[in-house]
Amino acid sequence: MTTEIAIEVSHISKIYGSGNTEVKAMSDISLTISKGEVVGLLGPSGAGKSTLLTAIGLINPPTSGQIIIGTVLVMDGPLEMVDIREFRRKHIGYVFQKANLIPFLTALENVQIALEINDVHHKEARKRAIELFEYLGIEERKDSLPHQLSGGQQQRVAVARALANKPGLILADEPTAALDSFRGRQVMELFQKVAHEQGAGVLVVTHDHRSLDVFDRTFEMEDGTLN
Amino acid sequence: MNLAIRDIRHSIPRFLLTAVGIGMLLMIVMGMSGIYRGLIEDALLLVDKIGADLWIVQHDTRGPFAEISRIPLKMEDRILAVPGIKSSRAFVSHTIQEERNDKPLRIVVQGLSWPQDKGEWIPMTNGRCLASAHFEMIADKSLGFRLGEKIYLGKNVYTVVGLTRNMVGQGGDGIAFFTVRDAIAIQFDNSGEAVRLERDARRSRAIQQDIGNSRPELLDRSSLPNIPALAGPMISAVIVQTEQGADIEKVAKTISGWKDVSVHTAENQRNLLLDGSVDKARRQIGLFRALLVVISAIIMSLILYTLTLDKIHDIAMLKLIGARNSVILGLIIQQAIILGGLGYILAFYFGRWIFPHFPRRVIITTNDLIGLAVIVLAISVLSSLLGIWKAMSVQPNEVLS
Repeated sequence: MTTEIAIEVSHISKIYGSGNTEVKAMSDISLTISKGEVVGLLGPSGAGKSTLLTAIGLINPPTSGQIIIGTVLVMDGPLEMVDIREFRRKHIGYVFQKANLIPFLTALENVQIALEINDVHHKEARKRAIELFEYLGIEERKDSLPHQLSGGQQQRVAVARALANKPGLILADEPTAALDSFRGRQVMELFQKVAHEQGAGVLVVTHDHRSLDVFDRTFEMEDGTLN
Repeated sequence: MNLAIRDIRHSIPRFLLTAVGIGMLLMIVMGMSGIYRGLIEDALLLVDKIGADLWIVQHDTRGPFAEISRIPLKMEDRILAVPGIKSSRAFVSHTIQEERNDKPLRIVVQGLSWPQDKGEWIPMTNGRCLASAHFEMIADKSLGFRLGEKIYLGKNVYTVVGLTRNMVGQGGDGIAFFTVRDAIAIQFDNSGEAVRLERDARRSRAIQQDIGNSRPELLDRSSLPNIPALAGPMISAVIVQTEQGADIEKVAKTISGWKDVSVHTAENQRNLLLDGSVDKARRQIGLFRALLVVISAIIMSLILYTLTLDKIHDIAMLKLIGARNSVILGLIIQQAIILGGLGYILAFYFGRWIFPHFPRRVIITTNDLIGLAVIVLAISVLSSLLGIWKAMSVQPNEVLS
């Protein structure tokens, strides 16, 4: 783990609706994740974990507060300070409860596409995708379509896709929820490996208390606040 | 990486089935265009093939195609006396309906002005031109006659000496070419009884007139066979070719001065046909074709919209991982163009297979094919707009739902 900052979240809040229908999903949250660090975000359903994750992931802008990724101020309240889509493409990797692989692409192509849309040449993208498959131990399934893979294999492909562009930050939302305990553990250890070996900051939202030991730090969220 | 191709590859049977559906729809559009073209070509076939400079018809009529025209046969010789005329030929054309194999067979009987015209201008596939003043015919293949076959028409038997292809009248019925005399004989096939009745009628008319009473020998002569009971046959028109360098308008003006005929140029005849007898059918098919194009566009829009809806989650994922809009636009538009293109190719081959079995000619010209290709391209792009709009409105966070 380095002391280089992967992300810094400063006093962000998220409010849905207004007046009588106003709902505060997140309130004054500040958080810093260093590169190479695996951070767990725990909490009951409805605590605001996914809201925080989507705000950090530049999917759902906060109502107020700042998000700095690396050294770049990305969001100032709801204002986008950079080209959000390009920023996501270059700097953030996502893994969700469902692998969300594109069903008409093979496992390898699912990773390749993430590289190609980041202007990596087709041949180079393929080479890099194969390296990632070897790194994650799924190279023998590279030509399989998503429906031909097990849940664990699909999730590994999703991790490979998240890693493809060597992002500084990886966000994972309940990545083990659809897996059995053994495969869930494997995926969590994978995040640890990626964070430590590739120097990415990893934020994992989870209910799974069996894998807490893989986290360098954990936070508990409740009613939209971070403890 | 081409996402459109990969998506198609993933669901080939469904995509092919959709393309077949679109292909059949486009085949109908193509077919309507071919029927439209066929209708016009059939209508103009004789006018164009005969190559006349002027058409002399009954006074104040737009004959012989747009309406009935009757002029005496001797008009052929009268016309020849006009300065600037190279040749004049009698034109006789009428449709008869016969029974063949217990089915009605409609034949356009076309007279050739023997001996000047033996049918050398007729594009024949088999056989020869007319070589005799009587009892020979050249028939279109669509009539189903064989070379050398003997056909009973009226009181006479005619031998098929030549065969043509695609020589049809404006109603789509096959043309059979005879000498003018034979064509008239077929048209005015009067029975002996009709002739006898006409002689009796002539005698009755004479009795009712003063001349019949004052000159009784006329009544005796009225029934003699050497005086024709019926008037001499009339022809439909005289077709004229002018001499090289002759002023066609001047010749036409001279003949127009006669009180018993009207003169039309070949261009005039074309316009009379297009603006007259085939106009409504032409417009009806044209409008129907336009309607089909609109329906095809709507159906393609819905298909592409559905294809986009099927991929909405994947599109949200692509947006989430930062794909540019061009990647998503490319996916939808390329699929639309591939679908339209494949549909077009299938339509072409379906058409080539099916259209020859149609009772009337379906003529697909290269220009029509190019025009339809442009229309299909436009439909493909326009019909993908609905899908594009849907794809553009998808938010990346829909991946989470």
